[in-house]
Amino acid sequence: MDECKSNLLKGKRGVIMGIANDRSIASGIAEAFINHGAEIGISYHPALESRAMKIAESTGASFAHSCDAEKEGEIASFFNKVGQKWDNIDFLIHSIAFADKTYMKDKYSDITKDAFAQALDISCYSFTEAAKECAPLMKNGGSMITLSYYGAQKFIPHYNVMGVAKAALEASVMYLANDFGVDNIRVNCISAGPIRTLASSAIRDFPELLSWHRTHSPIKSNTTIEEVGGTATYLVSELSKGVTGEIIYVDSGYHTIGVRSPENKAPKQ
Amino acid sequence: MDNQEIQNQVFAIISEKLDKKVSEISEKLNKNVSEISLMNDLGADSLDSVELVMGLEEKFDISIEDEKVEELKTIGDIVSYISANITTKG
Repeated sequence: MDECKSNLLKGKRGVIMGIANDRSIASGIAEAFINHGAEIGISYHPALESRAMKIAESTGASFAHSCDAEKEGEIASFFNKVGQKWDNIDFLIHSIAFADKTYMKDKYSDITKDAFAQALDISCYSFTEAAKECAPLMKNGGSMITLSYYGAQKFIPHYNVMGVAKAALEASVMYLANDFGVDNIRVNCISAGPIRTLASSAIRDFPELLSWHRTHSPIKSNTTIEEVGGTATYLVSELSKGVTGEIIYVDSGYHTIGVRSPENKAPKQ
Repeated sequence: MDNQEIQNQVFAIISEKLDKKVSEISEKLNKNVSEISLMNDLGADSLDSVELVMGLEEKFDISIEDEKVEELKTIGDIVSYISANITTKG
């Protein structure tokens, strides 16, 4: 693993929400933040407790609390606990999303009203709610980051309702950036290329998506959680002062491609 | 890679992902290892199987299709799937 270390985040502390296991994007961010000198607290879904606790231990998180973003009051109660531990925080990472797997295959229009509402609630509203609860703790300003995917901008097979939820999430980044800019809180979004995680395994034919991405990107490789961790480090550090409301692509450049250059054949993975 | 070697590596991945020793379970249940069921004997839930599949794909450099995953119910199923697929994929 790429062990890039610095003091870029020294003296900064904050929370990373949505760790499942060592493949989670949130874990890549946690590891990077620790390597660059930050203190972190984490949240995990109750069903993933034993897995998440391993990451809390291996990264050296200051605390880990369960938080089911779908349950009324759980996000508020999580930040209440954060506030009891730390009176001031500098960053919030939101890496939470959910859609019923039944609808992550076939057509988008197969979705039901309940499944639509649930996907939007957990994948989009939870960031707005977390931002609201977290902002009062960012007394000296701060940086909030959420995670998206290109399926918010263009059609991706089987991404379906999650694409719609991510589009709403990306739009909410603009509005939150404007709400909290006056408090010197920056709100940005990282749109990562496809990464094999517990969550993405719910998407039908995901390996094909990975291989298509690898073959058609300017940089012929799949996105790693370490790469996402690097950009997240920049967005939380003072280096990104003045950057807010932005969607930053960490996707080997895939989003810039109209038609792939014919001479650029991808290497075998 | 011969079947024995594949089997040993599969055991290693299972004990890592599920925190269970295949040989001990096999002895306790008095069952041939290849007949041990992931769900019934090892108590794997759906998240465990996803982690297991990812571990196998990485280790053997193969890609297991979603439809196939549902068919891999025993350790024997896994070992024979892998032996049949690594040779063709090199």
